[in-house]
Amino acid sequence: MEGDQGRREEGAAGGAGKWYELFSRGARDWLRHDEKVREAVRANLPEIIAGGEVINDGARTVRVPVRMLEHYHFRLRRPEEAQGAGQGKAKPGDVLSDPARERGPGEKGAGGRDEGEVQLLLEFKVDDIVDWLWEEMQLPNLKARVGPSDESDWTREGWDRRGARSRLDRRRSFKELVKRRGAPGATPTFTDEDLRFRQLARRRQPAVHAVVFFMLDVSGSMSDRDRKLAKTFFFWVVQGLRRQYRSLETLFVAHTTEAWEFNEPDFFQVTGTGGTVASSGLLKVREVIDTRFNPGRSNIYLFYASDGDNSVSDAAEARAALASVAADTCFTGYVEVSSGLSRQLATETGKLFAELSGAGCAVGSYALNDFDDVWGAVRHFFTAESHSPDGPRAADAPAGGAPQAGSP
Amino acid sequence: MTEDWRSYVQRIEELAARSGLSFNPVDFEAVPDSFMMEVAIYGLPVRMPHWSFGVRYIYQLIQRRMGHSRLFEVVFPGNPGHAYLAESNGLAENILVTAHVLGHADFSRNNLLFRRCQQQVSERIVEHAASHARQIQHNIEAHGAQRVEAVLDAALALEQHIDVDQDLRRERYAEYLADPRTLVDDTFRKRFAALEPAAPSASLERKRAPVPPHAERDLLWFVANYAPEMESWERDIFLAVREESFYFYPVFATQIMNEGWASYWHARLLREADFVPQQSYLDAIKCHSDVVRPIAAEQQVSLSVNPYHLGFAMWEKIVAKDGLDAARRIMEQDDDFAFVRNHLTRELADELGLFRYSARSDGQIKVLEQDLTALHEALLAPRYNFGAPVVSAAHVRNDGTLELTHDSSVDGRGLDLERSRKVLDYMQKVWRRPIVLTTVNQAGSALELTAP
Repeated sequence: MEGDQGRREEGAAGGAGKWYELFSRGARDWLRHDEKVREAVRANLPEIIAGGEVINDGARTVRVPVRMLEHYHFRLRRPEEAQGAGQGKAKPGDVLSDPARERGPGEKGAGGRDEGEVQLLLEFKVDDIVDWLWEEMQLPNLKARVGPSDESDWTREGWDRRGARSRLDRRRSFKELVKRRGAPGATPTFTDEDLRFRQLARRRQPAVHAVVFFMLDVSGSMSDRDRKLAKTFFFWVVQGLRRQYRSLETLFVAHTTEAWEFNEPDFFQVTGTGGTVASSGLLKVREVIDTRFNPGRSNIYLFYASDGDNSVSDAAEARAALASVAADTCFTGYVEVSSGLSRQLATETGKLFAELSGAGCAVGSYALNDFDDVWGAVRHFFTAESHSPDGPRAADAPAGGAPQAGSP
Repeated sequence: MTEDWRSYVQRIEELAARSGLSFNPVDFEAVPDSFMMEVAIYGLPVRMPHWSFGVRYIYQLIQRRMGHSRLFEVVFPGNPGHAYLAESNGLAENILVTAHVLGHADFSRNNLLFRRCQQQVSERIVEHAASHARQIQHNIEAHGAQRVEAVLDAALALEQHIDVDQDLRRERYAEYLADPRTLVDDTFRKRFAALEPAAPSASLERKRAPVPPHAERDLLWFVANYAPEMESWERDIFLAVREESFYFYPVFATQIMNEGWASYWHARLLREADFVPQQSYLDAIKCHSDVVRPIAAEQQVSLSVNPYHLGFAMWEKIVAKDGLDAARRIMEQDDDFAFVRNHLTRELADELGLFRYSARSDGQIKVLEQDLTALHEALLAPRYNFGAPVVSAAHVRNDGTLELTHDSSVDGRGLDLERSRKVLDYMQKVWRRPIVLTTVNQAGSALELTAP
């Protein structure tokens, strides 16, 4: 019975029938809606980036609440008092509760005009957002400083007549055998001459490793809001660099008049009291670099967030420490988080960086007064980074055979 | 199962014809629920793609998941008509639905508004819509999805702004003002001209007619014809949307009558169909009472009126009082406005427990005193002007700026500014010159919106 039915229907529809089982137009148009929402979100990236709340520690996604898009029509303004017609047991003067108003407009789908509010929570991959950022900023991707990798990476390269048994290439050896004997069919007997062993070669790798220092001023003058600003900014810096380097090591240093290294969760909770001595933090960074890293072999970045109120007596020491650190980093960035007062880098620390920048070092500064500025800051640093020539670093960097990076 | 149902179709059709229904042949097809839902959302089996349908689709999915709505059938008038029945319908439901569809087929063939619009649009709207969809697909390939979408944004936003009193295929306005002298009595003019052969020729002083010569409600047509820099494929999209709106209008403007009529006939045909097995009959009657029930079971009062219920009750009353012939005449001549105003009587309104209420923005709802005329208008108000505010094109300035006016004296209050602004943005992308819209603000004084 069933089969019969199927055949008949197909005949009636002339073969083209049943297309609707293959394809849902509703879903297609819904996907387009979704795409539009994403485009809209994308167009507002600065706001997303600025929204500190969206960033969960360690999460690879960012959640953005969005409303469904509305296709707008001319509509009358909502009246203060609307009249309608209803049905049921009600007398004039009765006051009714509002039983089902929110529940949508009955059975007619085709009208669908009074859609209730439905909130969507769209999840974006942080990677996607960073991709968009890159497109948006049209950055030539950051150039990884080339250097020999610590990881040894062996690749097969050629054959030899000698080698370990485990690297015997049977196929190749058999070929040799056939070549030598010239006649297939006969029982092959291998001689030592036929054997071929795979050779390994160690390949030099471009540096895929980067080290980022985040240095935060936690002195008494830094408010919670300042720290949050810094955190949001740091988050996006990590994302940006992570895109560039296969492995990224992040180090967190906080300082007041002293400096400490922290792990990430604690780092943003730290509050300190007392004054600001930038040199203490910079010396700490210096110390970590010296003890754990080889500046010639790692790409080191330093981002420093502070309100800029470095103690005046520290100026000389800070200058020296900064110059020393900057000489070993690919880039050193300074964000001045001073919510409320926009001093535009006219601070002690600001001057310090300006000086260094004037001297041609790969440093940059940006004043971060509000969450809206985070976008600008990210943009500023990454554009600056890509534009700054390897400059002073170029001279002493390539030591370990960088030119070979591309060769197989 | 389905086989069973099909064997009844012919007998129900014969019974319907004997009962005086006259309808075009109808193609019945059982389709999956998902397809039913899409047909309901798009309004046509195959229609142009647009993201706004995707939004409705999701709302519909949500509603369905919450168990609010179930579709038994969707029917498209035409010759032949097309009826899609949900595959999930049981036998009894399908028998009922078949009778229901024939009621619709009778209605759409004989109702004047339907006939007029079908003459304009042709009886093959389903095929037309499919070819529009195909054309738009070509446009997407030729001009890119984004440009096509921008045009559809505008066209579909204006889909209710048509003028069904005019022809679907309208001529452009006369380019010149009628010469007042040609209006004078002809014989006199001839004699006068004969007296003075050297009189200056009238044609030399012809005056260009303003565009539009009168406030134009058919915005889709007006934009398609008078937009200063629209490309021809864009105009075609506007006209395609407009044609579909001409098809939708009678469905919209006769909903109470049409659904009532179909419900009346499915109930009556079912009563008379002695060939339907007892059990199926009972199931079908139960289904009928679900469809035409006024209020959801768990409620005492509903703040909306089920058009199936209202129409059904009105037709029963009319047939009982004045007979079937009178009912058929009313069915042919009226639309919902005439139908409700003429035939929803005080007694019937009381019998059905219809009332008028006012809802304040703070959520308080109060039942108002009885007033039949006001009740009619409360029922009909959402249906005026295709459910849209009265916005018309008033003038095109020399620089191409389009002036739109909203007639707040008819609508009683001004436009929603935020939405209107967005609509202007849509329109601006195809009009490509500034657009100015006047409406009134809360206090009732004039207000101008502009784009860009």
